[in-house]
Amino acid sequence: MNINDFKSNDPIAWCSGCGDFGILTALKKSLLKLGREPKDILLVSGIGQAAKLPHYIKSNCFNGLHGRAIPPAVAAKIANNKLTVIVTTGDGDCYGEGGNHFLHNIRRNTDITVIVHNNQIYGLTKGQASPTTDPGYVTKVQTEGVVLEPLHPLEMAIALGCAFVARGYCSDLEHLSWLILEGINHRGFSLIDVLQPCVTFNKKNTYEWYSKRVYKLNDDKSYNPNDKDSAYRKAAEWGERIPIGIIYKAEKESYEEKTGLNQKTALIDENIDDIDISPALKKFI
Amino acid sequence: MLNELTIKIAGEAGQGMQTVGFNLCQLLKRTDFYIFANQDYMSRVRGGNNFFQLRISQKPSQACRKLSDIIVTLDKQSVAIHGTNLSEGGILIMDSKKFNIAQEERYFDIPMYEMALSLGSDLFVNSIVYGLISGILGITNGNIFEVIKEAFSDKGEELISKNIAAAKAGIDYAKNNFKDERFFMTARTGERTLLMNGNEAIALGAIRAGCKFYSGYPMTPSTSIMNEMAYHAKDFNIIVEQAEDEIAAINMVIGASFAGVRAMTATSGGGLSLMVEGLSLAAMTETPAVIVDAQRPAPATGFPTRTEQADLNFVLYCGHGEFTRAVFTPGTIEEAYYLTIHAFNLAEKYQIPVLIMTDQYLADSYRNISELDRNAIKVKRFIISREASKNITNYKRYELTDSGISPRAIPSWINDVIYADSDEHNQEGHITEEARVRESMVEKRLYKKMQGLEKEVIEPKSYNFEKATIVIIGFGSTFGAIKEVSDASSGKIGFIHLPQVWPLPKKGLTDLLKSKQKVITVENNASGQLAKLLHSEADIKIEKSILKFDGRPFNADDLIEEVNKLL
Repeated sequence: MNINDFKSNDPIAWCSGCGDFGILTALKKSLLKLGREPKDILLVSGIGQAAKLPHYIKSNCFNGLHGRAIPPAVAAKIANNKLTVIVTTGDGDCYGEGGNHFLHNIRRNTDITVIVHNNQIYGLTKGQASPTTDPGYVTKVQTEGVVLEPLHPLEMAIALGCAFVARGYCSDLEHLSWLILEGINHRGFSLIDVLQPCVTFNKKNTYEWYSKRVYKLNDDKSYNPNDKDSAYRKAAEWGERIPIGIIYKAEKESYEEKTGLNQKTALIDENIDDIDISPALKKFI
Repeated sequence: MLNELTIKIAGEAGQGMQTVGFNLCQLLKRTDFYIFANQDYMSRVRGGNNFFQLRISQKPSQACRKLSDIIVTLDKQSVAIHGTNLSEGGILIMDSKKFNIAQEERYFDIPMYEMALSLGSDLFVNSIVYGLISGILGITNGNIFEVIKEAFSDKGEELISKNIAAAKAGIDYAKNNFKDERFFMTARTGERTLLMNGNEAIALGAIRAGCKFYSGYPMTPSTSIMNEMAYHAKDFNIIVEQAEDEIAAINMVIGASFAGVRAMTATSGGGLSLMVEGLSLAAMTETPAVIVDAQRPAPATGFPTRTEQADLNFVLYCGHGEFTRAVFTPGTIEEAYYLTIHAFNLAEKYQIPVLIMTDQYLADSYRNISELDRNAIKVKRFIISREASKNITNYKRYELTDSGISPRAIPSWINDVIYADSDEHNQEGHITEEARVRESMVEKRLYKKMQGLEKEVIEPKSYNFEKATIVIIGFGSTFGAIKEVSDASSGKIGFIHLPQVWPLPKKGLTDLLKSKQKVITVENNASGQLAKLLHSEADIKIEKSILKFDGRPFNADDLIEEVNKLL
């Protein structure tokens, strides 16, 4: 296989220079390394610029409702646990509209990978604050600047028991595609929050702004992503220096393992043509 | 000899009316009576006033009565609340000492609490009452104790033997103190074997139809569907997932269905409100979904544990945009089972959301029914088979066809990928804003699918029609009460029951009503929603609607009275 096996013919509708392009390329590279055919991969998204990504890759795509990327992804994985299921979502889609699903699906821990294109702004609706917009940033709605505390997705995820919490940067393709592949190979819910400039609506968190600040955790040999306490501190690091890499990683039983789903016939392979329900009727006799 | 008898057990929530009621159902079922039991309970765990009402008869019955022949009161306030609903010649069982109430002629006094305490706990009142009623009904065989053994099987030997002793004490008390045989009934034949309620029937239908994924959020009166699915999940390799909210529930159903399994959710009106965007998603992505609305009185939280049919308009029209759906309204426990299987077949065939409407009355009512016919409705698949999938290398999810139905492939089975989208999309499933494509996709989802659905609509069921001068039309759980009114009318009152309200079986209805002048509807809502639907969709003029919106079901007696006023 080569990278063109994942090429889609659908014309791309992103702004030129959008950080999403980097994520798209990195994801294709990860999929190529993964070695599975497009037909065995399912990309699920909600609504937003990030949510268009599944159309730009050749693989199965379910592009659902705003905020609702994770629930159908999880259920598709449960229905056919042989699929590699990846969610491509944004900071508004995942942390705002879909916040409740984000929380509870970390608890559910099905084996899916969630890539959040975090550009700290609403792009598709033209520039309102997102849950991760920096305080003080002025928009057409937040006319005096954002007064809400930003949401801290990585700290939240660690607190909720997510066993793979990572941050990537859309301009570091090699690093990002490595992270995504690590996330896919991790058994259970993997969160990869990807820093990504919005060239049209976010005038603060630009390529230049990020490039000055990001540093790789891989370069610090003393950092141990299995240590929850130091992971919390790394996850909270934001400002002059922003870490990218695997922030926290742990061994944890997935939903599939806990429910025995991985041991049984996949639900889609069950023959349902003539199910004999007489054993179920016994309790009514 | 009696033809039928109604027994009511009333008391505070938590006093065990349901235990007594279920045990009596189990006992009477073994003696081959027809049973119809309904429950009236408040939205609280303790206190208040609840009752379990049980009708036993020689002929099948599917509705509750207004008056009871035997009323058991487990607390003082039940005597005042239910005393007025005692039939002529009926008895009200009470404990004058415990309740501190003077004896009246129609009261049957039993010191049940003193008797229970002598066995160690007032909890044994339940089995004393159970034994007492068995004695009053003249049932004395060994089944009485078998039922207790089963009911308390997980409670340990000591509790079983104490409950048996309590039942014996009740039987003896009846023997010594209730000497006439006016409540003795003979049993009928032994054809009915299954005792279940409407929600259990829906769950069994889903299991039979091959539902492999259920997600839902608990909401009365739908919850027992989820409980029932979970009870059987392991045996049938079904995943039952309690979702974080109803929005997640429907989106999970759609995800599982897209991946290739049959999937369902159930909720009540409030939960369905949250699911509505998802309903529209199922229609747009053309993903099959089966959704049960177990109605309760609304708006908002309403009466959480009571019954109503006021979601009809909502279920018919909810969802933004224009798309096709089918709506089923089972009237009996059997129909709930068969229509659920049909709903899964239809949802898969047309790749649409299909809704099943029930309500608290049908959901919580028990009847003993005959074996469910395994072959009455076959499970039919409408996907590209695994075998045929292998040769597919160029797939269009939304291929335009005459029927509006695009062959549905399962991800990973075909040698191509599948794009599904909630945005308007082209045949490949990619986002488009082309005007002409938009038109053909709307035509596909709305008109073409509707044409097919109309051709296989379930026709209205008519009863006592030939000589009828007045016709009652109903849908859903009013079936039992209306049928009884019609059956008792010596042919004067005809009855049309609608198992499916959308698409409305217009031709069937119009043909039936051709020569009928006086048509009325009976509805458990305040605005006559069915009447309006019949008028707007089929131009049927409804002379009057008998409406009930107090949160309680129609009983056969009140309804007869109401209808007689119109004759």
